[in-house]
Amino acid sequence: MTGIALGGGFSHPPEQAARAFRAVLEAVSRPGTIWTVEGAVPPAPLTVAAGTVLLTLADGTAPVHLAGDADCQPVRDWITFHIGAPLVGAEGAMFAVGRWQDLLPLGRFHPGDPDYPDRAATLIVLMNDLTNAGARLTGPGIKDAARLSLPEIAAFQRNAVQFPLGLDFIFTAGDRVAALPRSTKVEGAACM
Amino acid sequence: MNADSPTDQTARRDWMSALAKADPARLAALMPELPALEPLRPPEIGAVMVRGRVGATGAPFNLGEMTVTRCSVRLADGTVGHGYVQGRDQAHAMRAAALDALMQTDQAERLQTTVLDVLVAEADVARVQRAEKAAATKVDFFTMVRGEDA
Amino acid sequence: MYVAVKGGERAIDNAHAWLAEERRGDPGVAELGVAQIREQLALAVNRVMAEGSLFDPDLAALAIKQARGDLIEAVFLIRAYRTTLPRLGASNPVDTGAMAVDRRVSATFKDLPGGQILGPTFDYTHRLLDFKLAAEAAVPEAATAPALAGPVPHVTGFLNRDGLIEGAERSDATPPDLTREPMELPADRALRLQAITRGDEGFVLSMAYSTQRGYGRTHAFVGELRIGRVAVEMDIPELGFAIEIGEVELTECETVNQFKGSKTEPPQFTRGYGLVFGQSERKAIAMSLVDRALRWKELGEDDTGAPAQDEEFVLMHCDNIQATGFLEHIKLPHYVDFQSELELVRRLRAEAMAVQEAAE
Repeated sequence: MTGIALGGGFSHPPEQAARAFRAVLEAVSRPGTIWTVEGAVPPAPLTVAAGTVLLTLADGTAPVHLAGDADCQPVRDWITFHIGAPLVGAEGAMFAVGRWQDLLPLGRFHPGDPDYPDRAATLIVLMNDLTNAGARLTGPGIKDAARLSLPEIAAFQRNAVQFPLGLDFIFTAGDRVAALPRSTKVEGAACM
Repeated sequence: MNADSPTDQTARRDWMSALAKADPARLAALMPELPALEPLRPPEIGAVMVRGRVGATGAPFNLGEMTVTRCSVRLADGTVGHGYVQGRDQAHAMRAAALDALMQTDQAERLQTTVLDVLVAEADVARVQRAEKAAATKVDFFTMVRGEDA
Repeated sequence: MYVAVKGGERAIDNAHAWLAEERRGDPGVAELGVAQIREQLALAVNRVMAEGSLFDPDLAALAIKQARGDLIEAVFLIRAYRTTLPRLGASNPVDTGAMAVDRRVSATFKDLPGGQILGPTFDYTHRLLDFKLAAEAAVPEAATAPALAGPVPHVTGFLNRDGLIEGAERSDATPPDLTREPMELPADRALRLQAITRGDEGFVLSMAYSTQRGYGRTHAFVGELRIGRVAVEMDIPELGFAIEIGEVELTECETVNQFKGSKTEPPQFTRGYGLVFGQSERKAIAMSLVDRALRWKELGEDDTGAPAQDEEFVLMHCDNIQATGFLEHIKLPHYVDFQSELELVRRLRAEAMAVQEAAE
């Protein structure tokens, strides 16, 4: 394991994890809202936000899938050292990280069991940008409607139909984070 | 990291194991000064699930957890050290990580004699003392001679 | 049904303050230190570690002090604390064959390699109160003898060689963990053992006793009981090899049970297994009896309907924190439930009296 992979963790884990957890909680509770998080400095292509979310939510018992170019040695080492999460294929993942195109098809991920819908995978999407424009979101946690620059529409609509099963999404760009839980209804044109 | 060859690995496992089980105060007394270091992973108190085996030799099962504190540091020269110690003493974990790093430098020989050998010897004495008390409670069966009419 | 009620804050604060005062007791009496509890009430500490499912003698001693000696309350504190700890990993299975034994006895073999080592046991005391302990007095040093060489082999190993006892098939399967996933029944043996080792000592003892009295009768001998320390080893991912991360005290009991054979198994001895944190002999023996009783299905034995054979009954009721939580919650405000019950009973009474009057 190289020395580089060993840096970039939380310097004050309890406070940083608590703040990040609060931000993710807000993002998931109010789909479409964008929050900033800090603390992690993970190897590329992980964003600060993706690294911080992983440090906060994943642990040795939460298997992580790395998709596309996120599946590189520095990222593997970094996750092993700071999180201890087992790195697995898409089917067994509790969390998955990658660019949108690399995460497809979504059918590979576990949408939860009827008895335990909470066992569904959460996908952490690496984006270049994240803005309140594009797809129209409605549903629990949203007053009237919200907009978020989702990478596409149809996949999220298909996902929402499976409710109470289905995947949850966390979008990250730089230190910004937004979320789309399976309960949110998605409409409108995709935004690049 | 220069602990990749099998013998180095065994040596490193031995010193890390000795540090894990050391009394924090005793270790601090033997090694009062910490070198300049950068924490890569600050001391973190956590739990490790201790496993046993069904029937002592069969399939594993989860027995219960124990507290463990871990820490990783980097010395000014770039050497990385890890500490995993039993209990919740953060200074103990930091000191163990620092010592693990120093044991990979030219200070190894000195620290082996002044710290590690002392810890191991003291642990041996404590273990033998207990084993001697246990040995004194070992039953020596003898058969009573039956009284026959002479 | 629950209704949020406000207004108790001051009463609660004052109750806590009084609790703290009562915990301290007469200030004229020296305060009890955590180290004193750890060293001098070690078996209470062991019980709290076993049922709290966390090996940390200092924490268990603190919990006992905070709980004023209520061990189930202390277990509750430990369970609550452990949920705040990140899980750093799982150890490699401990090797109890390499245990540094303080005590090791067998009820089945008199002359066994390593011998019968009594250790610091209550067994041969007369259970007469020792009034000398009421006064402070120096304790004479225990006798010593040359330490025995090497680890002490397991007794079941001898029977194993003759094929007279069932084997314990070795595997490296990852065991289920009821602290991470809700327990689902039927449970495999690994899950049952996890539930029982953290179960309430009194409950497990009573279940075991019931099997001895004939409810799911399995005639057990203690093949071996050992108490001592074992090293705990864990693989460290960033190193790529395993190190010892500490040492725990354990009590292990293997029972050997008479077994006439069944449709699926030949006549041979079968085994029950108990392994518990600390010096917890009663619990370890009880655990091995209950483990054996629960194995009726895999051994092709009859279900006699005994409580100790009923997996659901044993596993769902052995946890004293779940039990006490559900039991004690009924003392919390249920004003609205009771109000509706009250109205129901009044109405039924009125109806019953109306019928009675009409009849008269």
